[in-house]
Amino acid sequence: MIEIRQLSKKYKGAEDFSVVDLSLKIEDKEIFGLLGPNGAGKTTLISMLCSLLKPSSGSFAINGLTFQENKNELKQLIGIVPQEYALYPSLTAFENLSYFGSMYGLKGTVLKNSINEHLETLGLTRFANKKVNTFSGGMKRRVNLIASILHHPKVLFLDEPTVGVDVQSKNVIIDHLRLLNKNGTTIIYTSHHLNEAENFCSRVAIIDEGRIISEGVPKDLISKQENAHNLEDVFLAITGKALRDHA
Amino acid sequence: MHKLLASTYKEALLLSRDIGGLAILFVMPLVLVVTITLIQDSTFKTINDTKIPVLIVDNDKGTVANHILEGLKDSGSFDVIMSSSEEEVEAMVFKGEYQLAIIIPNQLSTDLQKKINQNVEGILSKFGLEDEVEPIFTTEIAHKEVRLYFDPATQMTFKNSVKNGIDKMISQIETQSIYKAFQEQLGEEDEAIFDTGSFISFREIVLKKDDKEMMPNSSQHNVPAWTLFAIFFIIVPLSINMVKEKTQGTFVRLRTNPVGYATVLGGKTLVYLCVCLVQFTLMLLIGVYLFPTIGLPELDVSGRLPLLYIVALFAGLAAIGLGLLLGTVAKTQEQSAPFGATFVVILAALGGVWVPVFVMPKFMQALSNISPMNWGLNGFYDVFLRNARFVDILPEITLLLLFFLITSIISIVYNERKNAV
Repeated sequence: MIEIRQLSKKYKGAEDFSVVDLSLKIEDKEIFGLLGPNGAGKTTLISMLCSLLKPSSGSFAINGLTFQENKNELKQLIGIVPQEYALYPSLTAFENLSYFGSMYGLKGTVLKNSINEHLETLGLTRFANKKVNTFSGGMKRRVNLIASILHHPKVLFLDEPTVGVDVQSKNVIIDHLRLLNKNGTTIIYTSHHLNEAENFCSRVAIIDEGRIISEGVPKDLISKQENAHNLEDVFLAITGKALRDHA
Repeated sequence: MHKLLASTYKEALLLSRDIGGLAILFVMPLVLVVTITLIQDSTFKTINDTKIPVLIVDNDKGTVANHILEGLKDSGSFDVIMSSSEEEVEAMVFKGEYQLAIIIPNQLSTDLQKKINQNVEGILSKFGLEDEVEPIFTTEIAHKEVRLYFDPATQMTFKNSVKNGIDKMISQIETQSIYKAFQEQLGEEDEAIFDTGSFISFREIVLKKDDKEMMPNSSQHNVPAWTLFAIFFIIVPLSINMVKEKTQGTFVRLRTNPVGYATVLGGKTLVYLCVCLVQFTLMLLIGVYLFPTIGLPELDVSGRLPLLYIVALFAGLAAIGLGLLLGTVAKTQEQSAPFGATFVVILAALGGVWVPVFVMPKFMQALSNISPMNWGLNGFYDVFLRNARFVDILPEITLLLLFFLITSIISIVYNERKNAV
């Protein structure tokens, strides 16, 4: 379980908080969607939960562990799929995965089997020995995902895992995430694809200006919102139609 | 250990895939050392193939002028070109067409002789030996000056050596003239009564190894200096490699992995240390095998290899420590690459690669003592030129190791603090 207590983040030099007093509980084996317009604070929240950013105040625990007390144990427990392709372009898919798998302590046959298994499921076996810089966006996204799940994390954070990919790649990624969840992985993910989130997530939270403004099962949120037929209607009704440009 | 090996393997793969980068890492230092040694070799040669053209305006046409001209020709360093107009040579030298012009004044030889005769007669009259002839003190002989024109771009060291050379030639002829004047005044013109040769001579005593004199050559001076320069240049590709990881996002992933920053740096250290040692080996091979074929003195590494590799290893570590620190602190390649390159040049200057430390001002000498390139250079010179043993290079390699440890620890602490959660 992930328990977030009054978590806040204000960047150095910024006038406003990016995340404000945010409290949230995510149960084991949930697929939890963090939705919100640009600059709402989704990535900041995920970055804090993955130890990439230091919170200004508040705290959180993942399966009862904190980064302050159980850093390496917690890192072994989680996986993160960053928004950018966090891969070495001049290395092959297999070499990238082998390296990042090793960083989780995997080695030998265990590592090799884990890589081959995931490459197979995500349709990349025949490209295993090709350099990543020759891959399409969809292929890179899939390798990016595999690099984060080789060690079978209990909790998986995904920041826009399907952004900029074709429909086929998106389906393969979502199907694989469902499989991981079925096998016991808790998934927390951010996305701008509201239809995808509506179908994929067991629960969502809509964040705006660093605060949760709505939270619940997608179907419940749709039924509660007047004239809403889908999650996008709910989203626009709650967050408004004004552009959210930030510089 | 497994994570360190995986990191090392990854770094080796990354480097091996960058053919252009590898070429720069290995070929450019070789080009550098060959070029610099070829240029500087002339300063070590007694007979130089390349002669500097020097313009001479001889208004004297006497013995002093002849002596200067002979001296210049005999030195083997100058190609004497006679001219008749001072204005013309002045213009040519100041335009940079020639580096040097010498104007020998009118009646220099005769006036010098007159001046010496006056002085000798004066001295002899004091001893009562010249009472028959009235001393000629009445004629005032004008002071003579040999005018030198230098190209404004000429370095001060060259100017000074030319001035000293001409000064020495004139002193010699003055001395000989004085002896000759005494001889004439004493009426002993037919038989030489003075030995006009130099009484005091110089001999350089050089270090001996196995009863054989160890005469340093340009290769033994240049190869260590420029090898060290190349080794330290590793901070540029190393820091770029680290900054790339930040911009690619792979560093973000590594931060979420259960792996320490020290392990990540350890992998880089091992691979780049191998690069330094390969660079060093190539430099030695060039010095030993290529240099003699292009007219440069062979680099003598006999009996020195183990100690040379020890110095190279620790110099490499110091350079890598600096690269790790720069890569940790820099955020963009635009920060790391120019800073790294400029900083290496500054360290080289401080370390005595271009100008010997002993001729630097006191303040710069003090700064030089804290330059890792100075420690490395001294280590190499100890082995190459001073026939040092392991204990002799221990202070230098200890400083280099400490420098690596300190820069690495600062990198780790900086990273931990910056990314603390």
